[in-house]
Amino acid sequence: MSKNLIEVEGLKKYFNVGKGKVLKAVDNINFTIREGETLGMVGESGCGKTTAGRTVLRLYEPTAGSVKYNGTDIYKLPPGKMKAMRRDMQMIFQDPYASLNPRFTVSDIIGEALDIHGMAGSRAERKKRIEELLDMVGLNHDHATRYPHEFSGGQRQRIGIARSLAVNPKFIVCDEPISALDVSIQAQVVNLLKELQDRLGLTYLFIAHDLSMVKHISDRVAVMYLGKMVELAESEELYANPIHPYTKSLLSAIPVPDPEVEANKKRIHLHDELGSPIYAAGEKTNDSDFELVEVSKGHFVAKQYA
Amino acid sequence: MMEPILQVKDLHVSFFVKGGEVQAVRGMNFEVGKGETVAIVGESGSGKSVTAQSIMRLIPTPPSRVKKGEIIFQGQNLLDKSMKQMETIRGKDIGMIFQDPMTSLNPTIKVGKQITEVLIKHQKMSAAEAKEQGIEMLKLVGIKNAEARFNQYPHEFSGGMRQRVMIAIALACRPALLIADEPTTALDVTIQAQIMEVMQDMQQKLGTSIILITHDLGVVAGMCDRVIVMYAGEVVETGTRWEIFKNPQHPYTKGLLRSMPRLDQKKGEPLIPIIGTPPDLIKPPVGCPFTARCSEAMHVCEQIDPGATEFSETHMARCWNLHSMAKEVQFV
Ligand SMILES: Nc1ncnc2c1ncn2[C@@H]1O[C@H](COP(=O)(O)OP(=O)(O)O)[C@@H](O)[C@H]1O
Ligand SMILES: Nc1ncnc2c1ncn2[C@@H]1O[C@H](COP(=O)(O)OP(=O)(O)O)[C@@H](O)[C@H]1O
Ligand code: SF4
Ligand SMILES: [Mg+2]
Ligand SMILES: [Mg+2]
Repeated sequence: MSKNLIEVEGLKKYFNVGKGKVLKAVDNINFTIREGETLGMVGESGCGKTTAGRTVLRLYEPTAGSVKYNGTDIYKLPPGKMKAMRRDMQMIFQDPYASLNPRFTVSDIIGEALDIHGMAGSRAERKKRIEELLDMVGLNHDHATRYPHEFSGGQRQRIGIARSLAVNPKFIVCDEPISALDVSIQAQVVNLLKELQDRLGLTYLFIAHDLSMVKHISDRVAVMYLGKMVELAESEELYANPIHPYTKSLLSAIPVPDPEVEANKKRIHLHDELGSPIYAAGEKTNDSDFELVEVSKGHFVAKQYA
Repeated sequence: MMEPILQVKDLHVSFFVKGGEVQAVRGMNFEVGKGETVAIVGESGSGKSVTAQSIMRLIPTPPSRVKKGEIIFQGQNLLDKSMKQMETIRGKDIGMIFQDPMTSLNPTIKVGKQITEVLIKHQKMSAAEAKEQGIEMLKLVGIKNAEARFNQYPHEFSGGMRQRVMIAIALACRPALLIADEPTTALDVTIQAQIMEVMQDMQQKLGTSIILITHDLGVVAGMCDRVIVMYAGEVVETGTRWEIFKNPQHPYTKGLLRSMPRLDQKKGEPLIPIIGTPPDLIKPPVGCPFTARCSEAMHVCEQIDPGATEFSETHMARCWNLHSMAKEVQFV
């Protein structure tokens, strides 16, 4: 088995929301991702997925905890070394349109990523690399001179992917990369991400709320709930034997494109509205309830439900 | 087919823009029966919202215009109505909910007032009656503490709860038809499932006909009676949900179904995407609009629009390969 590329321990990211309150967006989560693996992360809006992804990449400074990349604690790196490390760790965003500068051509957008890390080389090399990246994500060379608004949603996501790949990353946080896309186009992007993973040996943290797509792309899946990780297992296992009531409720809500399945489906309701991750400053959360316990090989669930 | 409450006949709608005429809807034909739920499914840009907005007479004119067709609602052509008449029909007889409830809820007015306004205007209720009915509606769509929630502003509600409020407003006057345009696209799966349940429940209680618009076929398998698959401004296939999900005929419908991951799919099995993107409707293809993306396309597809082939009283698709003379046309 391959080694752990990412090791996250006791990670917390709290936001001060004023009036003596803190929002525990990510609260003491632990996980590892093996080299070449895809770890899926699912959970309702606001449960802390984006915050977790950004904190793992140190786009946010953590409140507590450590993230090791290849054995190195990235939070201990001085700025210069962190910048070099950023090449290895990239992010793909949900909204391809909002994340692309509308005044830049595709070539500018991809080129900028190369320039930031001093990887552009000569003009000819830069152009060649941009064309190589366009090929990689299935865009034409003559797309290089066009602007983001001239592309469809799926094509824009390809531009975002090309930009992330420009610096030869090893690890990519994909933050809902397909949520804004039509179902028919989602499959194109997911296949592309898989293909690139096989070809380039990439490791993914794949954040999404579409559980059927997450199952498809992930080796293992982590379920987040109000800033906590409540369950983690191999994807087949998680979908076959969910333990945490929240996981069960999420799975039962997946719409299945088959009237027969739908007619026999039992929805599991948890509650109408989620609780809140906002606490008074200094108030302790009961960490031990949310400690993950291994109930069968590789299947972890919050202690409360173990 | 049940008695139709809505008949859309040969509807053509275009946008006249700088670059030319965008033919957003190109000859839509469909019916909605009394108490029936009909799904309109298709990719972004296929003309679903323009169809819905044309029914409601809400498309911006200019730049757009209904060029041709009839929209018969309860026996009357809505295209002949004055704007004033339409205003009454919209609040009272046809309700509508959109993807983003924040765009249709007034952020400065308490939720309760937004419901009672409709009731007072269209049902001529007194303020007290309207309040009672309004609270009743909030309860009906599953909002707890309805009395207290009645006095709150939209921003005090979560996305899913706001969508419930929209449903309550849209159904307050017990309209005969509800048009829901991607009502759950922006919501989490659990909330989406709840909203679908609320709509089904309301339909059973009130007997409303529903047009449910979505780009996600998965969402409609559980609740619609019939499905209309739209592509490039046309109906390419229509059938009962059993016909569409269990026996799809058009390559586009089959492609949509294949591109979705199935929970029973084997590990490592790649998805089968639909390649490419829909055609530009400024220059819509003369033949089958799906030609450029269709793996079964033949020479004739590009040149001549395929007519309808009927498989049952309810099941129809437009594709040359399904044509009874398919073998012969291959050699045209
Ligand atoms: N910069 C921030 N300041 C304050 N609160 C934030 C910030 N970013 C996110 N949050 C809050 O943290 C919680 C988790 O948000 P997020 O990570 O975006 O969730 P998800 O990606 O799962 O939808 C939410 O309650 C959100 O409002
Ligand atoms: N304001 C507009 N100006 C020009 N074209 C428009 C406008 N609104 C919609 N269209 C065009 O009409 C077509 C159908 O749009 P729409 O009905 O919104 O699609 P859907 O709801 O199926 O995603 C699209 O090709 C779109 O580009
Ligand atoms: S008519 Fe031709 S191009 Fe169109 S869907 Fe059928 S086979 Fe494909
Ligand atoms: Mg997020
Ligand atoms: Mg639309």
